[in-house]
Order: sequence, then C-alpha cells, then structure tokens
Amino acid sequence: MPITYEKIQTTTLPSATSTISFTGISGSYTDIVLVFGYKSNTTNQPTLRLTFNGTSTGFSGTQLTGNGSTDASYRNSNAAFISIARIVGTPTTVGGMATIIMNFQNYSNTTTYKTVLARASAAESGVEADVGLWANTAAITQIDITTATSNDFASGSVVTLYGIKAA
Amino acid sequence: MNILGIIASSKLGDAGDFESIATYSVGSGGSATITFSSIPATFAHLQIRAILKQSIGSGAFARFNSDTGSNYARHRLQGNGATASAAGDASQDKVLINTSQGFSDFGTIVMDILDYANTNKYKTERHLFGIDLNGSGAVGLESNLWQSTSAITQIEFISPNGGNYAEYSHFALYGIRSA
Repeated sequence: MPITYEKIQTTTLPSATSTISFTGISGSYTDIVLVFGYKSNTTNQPTLRLTFNGTSTGFSGTQLTGNGSTDASYRNSNAAFISIARIVGTPTTVGGMATIIMNFQNYSNTTTYKTVLARASAAESGVEADVGLWANTAAITQIDITTATSNDFASGSVVTLYGIKAA
Repeated sequence: MNILGIIASSKLGDAGDFESIATYSVGSGGSATITFSSIPATFAHLQIRAILKQSIGSGAFARFNSDTGSNYARHRLQGNGATASAAGDASQDKVLINTSQGFSDFGTIVMDILDYANTNKYKTERHLFGIDLNGSGAVGLESNLWQSTSAITQIEFISPNGGNYAEYSHFALYGIRSA
C-alpha cells in the first residue's frame, strides 16, 4: 500500500531567525501541507510573509480574525507576499507559541493560479483563517516565509513540510 | 494517528493511515456533479481536499447518500475582506459550501467528515474554504449537520444553478484510519 501522507522535510531551527525556506520541492504530490510549530523570540507578533519561487509579485489575500472580543476581516491586493497571521495568530511574548498550518492544493499544476489556505492560532493573540492567491500558473518549487523584523522565530521552532498523494 | 482537517500529528507516514480512496479531475467541458460512491466503511474519518471553479460563480453544494430531504443544517463564520459575519440555517436540503461568495475562480476547500460510518448518530462535516481574487474573495469555516444515522456511502458535489465545475477542478477523497 503506498504512503499517501508523507513527511518531505522537517527543520528544527538551531538559532533564532526570521527566514524559513523550502527549496527544490518535488512535483510528485497532489497537495503539500506546511506545519509550523512557532516559538517566539520577540514581542513583535509579526505577520508571516509567504512567497513562492523567489518572486515578489502577483500575491493577494483575505483574512478572517478573532481576538477574543472582536471579529474582523482584511484584504491585501497587488501585494509582494501573502500575509499569514496578519492581525493575530502569532505570539506576543518571548517564548510564546503558535501553531500555523498551510495547505497548498494542486501546487504543482501548471494550468491554474495557486491558492494557499491557512490557519494560525496563538492563545496570546487570537486565531486567524487566511486564503492567499499567487496569480501565477507555475508549479510551486520553493516556499519562503519571512517577517519584517529580525529573529522572530526562536531556536527550537519546528517546521515540517508534508506531501499528500491522491490516487 | 489522526490527521483531521488541518491538524497534523507528529506521527505520519505509515502506509494506510491516510489513504487515497478516489480522485476526480474535471476535464474539458466541465461537470455538473462530482460523485464519490461506494465509500467503504473501513476508515474512521474522511477528508476531501478540492480546488474548484464553477461556470456560474456561486457556492457549491453537497449531498450525502443522495438525500434530498430537509435534513441538513449549518453554521458559518466567514470574512470577505471587509467584514466578518456568521450565519446559520436549519432544515436545508443540502450541504452548503461558501454560498455567499461562490467559486467564480479557483478556490479551495478542506472538508472533514468524522465518524462517517457510525450508524448510531447524526453526521457532521466541517470545512475550511477560501478563494481570493486579488480584490475580492472570502475565507471561512463552515459546519453542516446531516440528520441521519446512516453510514455515509456516497458524497455528491453539485454545481448549483445549472452550472458546471470548470475544467481543472480537482476533488480528492481520503480515508483516515484510527489505531
């Protein structure tokens, strides 16, 4: 029986950083899923900036947020990156934790634009659901996550990329 | 091991834990319905991962076991880029998926149906959906109740208003086993 849900790569950050990259992503899966066990090194509560294949054009997104008292929705258009956890969903304290999971469905087809569906949860700040569009038909072979500030991700943060194969 | 929706466990990769049951890729000309039938009862849960676009930009529908009775109910939380909103409907004749924004271009859903084969209780599905069109779109969470104790053996996705799912729409059904 073939393995359908497979770990592609996992990284435990050895030191604080604000940049995570997966390169050379194989096109042999149907979907890929990125699971980020985020431990904070700062109080910045940063937005995660998501880009593909080293590009900085063609991105947009819509966000749904809740912080315990208020719900809201936001949008980025004609952006240089997809915003994940734009308002809430990352920690506000040093050592704070967040779980961020991103779904990249049909990431390797070369006929449709690419959409990422994500959820970010941090008890300190709130929960957020995000959809992001990359208006490009290229297969996704590289995923980069950055923030606008330095060393937001603490040593010990764990990032794992999984592949899912449909029959 | 359990992999429910966007929750992933730390133990992955065992053959058969998360299994591809069937996949449907829409060809040229489109398709009005996508049907997964004869779903075996051998899994604990089901997950459907899809990208979809409709010829008529509307929400998607689904039905279980071809039940057209008013046996469905739902709740929704969604954001459209400007406001967040919540809604609920009882006595529906179908599962409703992103009915307010539709899928006028390719959007995505991840749907979980827990304990789908249990014959002692009603069934609940939940899904995360999103579509962004660089200036419009929506993202949200919805859950639908099917008031039937029957095991789910068929799931039919229906393009509403006489439309079709567009070419390159892709639906994949997976089964998740418990220990």
